[in-house]
Amino acid sequence: MESNKLIELLEKMLRIRHFEEKVGNLAARRMILGSVHLYIGEEAVAAGVCANLRQNDFITSTHRGHGHCIAKGGEFRFMMAELFGKSTGYCQGKGGSQHIANFDLGILGANGIVGGGMPIASGAGLSIKMRNTDQVAVCFFGDGCCNNGVFHESLNLAAVWNLPVVYVCENNQYAVSVSVKQASLIHDYYLRKDAYGIKGCQVDGNDVIAVYEASKEAVERARKGEGPSLIECKTYRWRGHYEGEFDRHYTYRTKKEIEEWIDKCPIAQFKAYLIENNIITAEKIDQLEEEIKRELLEAVAFAEDSPAPKPEDALVGLFENE
Amino acid sequence: MREISYADAVVEAIEEEMDKHEEVFVLGEDIGRYGGAYFANPKLWKKFGDERVRDTPISESAIVGFALGAAITGMRPVAEIMFSDIMTVAMDQIVNQVAKMRYMFGGNVKVPLVIRTPIGGFHNSAAQHSQSLESWFAHVPGLKVAMPSSPYAAKGLLKTAIQSNNPVIFFEHIQLYRLKGPVPEEEYYIPFGEANILREGTDLTVVASAVMVHRVMNVANKLEEQGIQIEVIDPQTLCPFDKETILSSIKKTGRLFVVHQACKTCGFGAEIAAIVAEEGFDYLIDPIQRLAAYDIPVPFASNMEDFAIPNEQRILSAITEFLGK
Repeated sequence: MESNKLIELLEKMLRIRHFEEKVGNLAARRMILGSVHLYIGEEAVAAGVCANLRQNDFITSTHRGHGHCIAKGGEFRFMMAELFGKSTGYCQGKGGSQHIANFDLGILGANGIVGGGMPIASGAGLSIKMRNTDQVAVCFFGDGCCNNGVFHESLNLAAVWNLPVVYVCENNQYAVSVSVKQASLIHDYYLRKDAYGIKGCQVDGNDVIAVYEASKEAVERARKGEGPSLIECKTYRWRGHYEGEFDRHYTYRTKKEIEEWIDKCPIAQFKAYLIENNIITAEKIDQLEEEIKRELLEAVAFAEDSPAPKPEDALVGLFENE
Repeated sequence: MREISYADAVVEAIEEEMDKHEEVFVLGEDIGRYGGAYFANPKLWKKFGDERVRDTPISESAIVGFALGAAITGMRPVAEIMFSDIMTVAMDQIVNQVAKMRYMFGGNVKVPLVIRTPIGGFHNSAAQHSQSLESWFAHVPGLKVAMPSSPYAAKGLLKTAIQSNNPVIFFEHIQLYRLKGPVPEEEYYIPFGEANILREGTDLTVVASAVMVHRVMNVANKLEEQGIQIEVIDPQTLCPFDKETILSSIKKTGRLFVVHQACKTCGFGAEIAAIVAEEGFDYLIDPIQRLAAYDIPVPFASNMEDFAIPNEQRILSAITEFLGK
């Protein structure tokens, strides 16, 4: 893999990490309201997968969706403005954290309903096939989605219709508090590929190169019209299910377990790898991080300075005028 | 003018729009070589093939959700759910996804999606295949709701629905599929939000949809023999709803009687009654009346079903009593 591509992967992960840390901080200070679900610890998945996508490829995302949005090209300031509920946000303040979309970037929306995006991404795949383009649709979802009916309906029908869809399971091992072990006898969800007769694999979701390589293969297969794939990325969410969960997450997992996963930080691992292989220096990385932090401060300022929507703007936009 | 059936009018509307627009396609259960659960008319499949007439497995959330994903990425799908009762299986996709998509994402996307589904049931279809759930969907902001009562309306409204860039829930009445009526050869569209005055009258305004329109018309013809003039209005679409036509009718008649096949409680008649109470109270000579199915699941046995859902006799008695004649 070329050096600049590797550095891009690192940059994407850092952008997600710093954005999420900033958002966590702003949520704690009640400057961002509503439910906020942070992606910290899972950055390698969004970054690794989206590095294979073009702007006109599609993704659907989840309630834990900031990382996907950033990886697909979403800009800090419009995302931040949306989280602040401002009219300059991607959805003009109507969506918030769980409902960011940008159709020009192929981001068909984060989703507040677990599994909600599965048939939508699949339908985008159907559209690609019927319009006969070489686009690809990627569906991000968590382990919590794997036992929902739409998982089955979507993978089955996408397989039957041979659609260009890559299903990316972010198995962070907990659906809020219920562990994969409580939820299914099959703990390796990629095995379900065989139930639908499609390709699939499991990768270390904290290893960005592994994620990149596995999804590269799946994306290329989809582009060539060779059908859908299921990729399971084993990873871990460092924070609570949502900001504000605080110590309640010790009701379902131990401090020790969280610390073990923090030791397997996808970013720290990748930084070490890049430095060791003389692809980038530690100083350069620091510089990169400073730039990202500066851009974030500007994004927060943009969000704060942006006008709030007028209350009556709530009445606009339900239907397209006809 | 030639006469065709309501079912053929539906097929013709889809065919014309598929001819005009490459991006229109249909998906649902048993709609291909089988020709649809009720139509037995594989015309679309024969003409357009598997690619544009897509048989699906029994996966209703996928039918709606795949259609939605296709709609927001350049296609114009017409999805079919075999019975409106089964719409309940796909409610997340319909209510949380389809209806919210445009608004929630800041008005930045078009959702040209039609979901066709039959209401009302055949006779003896019992509790899970006979419901009229239109008010559920009219209650959800973001969905347009159409409910044609004739072949002419079915074709014109469906063509408008397919051309629309907004999601439409299109309710067809199973008992009307075989009904024949005049449908011009020439192309036409019927706009949403325009009620149809089927019969003018001065004594009473009756609002009815779908199959109830026909029962009410028969009753109105009988009452005319007694010198009673009933104005019959079919709203045609519940969202948007043409309240102006109904209010101006009540201004003339002073009385409102709403008939529907759905259960009474929270049925769309409640909404019509509320609108008229709020905006047309001064026109009313008598209190508003509703006649609807009893608040029970639809029973199987013929005589119980006939008892549960307003039939002509019940409509006639209720109107006669209402008018004090």
